[in-house]
Amino acid sequence: MDKALIKTWKNYQKALPILFGMFFLISLLTPYIETLYKSLFSGNYIIDPLVGSLLGSISAGMPITAYILGGELLDIGISLLAVTAFVLTWTMVHLAFLPLESKYLGKRFAIIRNIINYFFAVIISILTVAIINTLK
Amino acid sequence: MEKKEKKKISGTKKFLIFISLVFFLFLFLEPIILMAALINTFILLFKVFPVLVLAFIVNYFINKFIKEDTLKKHLGHDSGIKGYFYAVVAGILIGGPPYLLFPMLGEFKKSGVKDSFLATFLFNRNVKIPFMPVVIFYFGVTYTIVISVLLILFSIINGAIVGRLVDKRIS
Repeated sequence: MDKALIKTWKNYQKALPILFGMFFLISLLTPYIETLYKSLFSGNYIIDPLVGSLLGSISAGMPITAYILGGELLDIGISLLAVTAFVLTWTMVHLAFLPLESKYLGKRFAIIRNIINYFFAVIISILTVAIINTLK
Repeated sequence: MEKKEKKKISGTKKFLIFISLVFFLFLFLEPIILMAALINTFILLFKVFPVLVLAFIVNYFINKFIKEDTLKKHLGHDSGIKGYFYAVVAGILIGGPPYLLFPMLGEFKKSGVKDSFLATFLFNRNVKIPFMPVVIFYFGVTYTIVISVLLILFSIINGAIVGRLVDKRIS
């Protein structure tokens, strides 16, 4: 049999049980997290970005969902800084996928990358809002 | 005296044991929520099935046609600053959820692709051309341009830091 096909199949065979587990966890936790989203933001310019980045880190899903949810949060008056931190950590920090990332790219890589990405998401959020305010 | 070697439980098994514990906990405490979560899990799996098949085909062709030497040449330990350029472009162009990208990147890593380039690649998942209309709709053109440029610039710094901390050859 084709070596490339066997190699690919073995790869997916390992990933499928983890994938099922992660989807199960996401399905279980999402209803709890979604109801919390809006109530957790207070309008405070220092606390909200921290809350946003923490919520984004524990969330999982398509990046497009993060932008749509972020847009809705903006509409209800949450600061751009908090929303940007939320959207960026959603797409850059993959806590829900940490077991899978560790499996394929190594535990050290996964942990270091996620920690650095968290701080970079916050820095980029601050810079984005600062640049936009300067350009106004 | 012979020392008995402790059998190490793999990360995957630990994760599946944890999932089983959560399952039984909810079975006794919140069976209705558990049922809804299980239904949603199968809906999610059903939704991603076509993407999984597509990713499988792409992965197969990568394994079949992209030679280790080619990857090593552009994204390996001997590739210089150009490697970051290739990692940025690949990160922007190659889409897909992380659970599909990780197995593929795992293959890249085995073929000798540097950790710094893998980190840069993953960072650029955020700069997705198909998402641009949605981002512009909610946040405006200026915001979209500023955040995209910052993400690309920071992806290179991110890759360099992650690589420095992870790459064994450098440390």
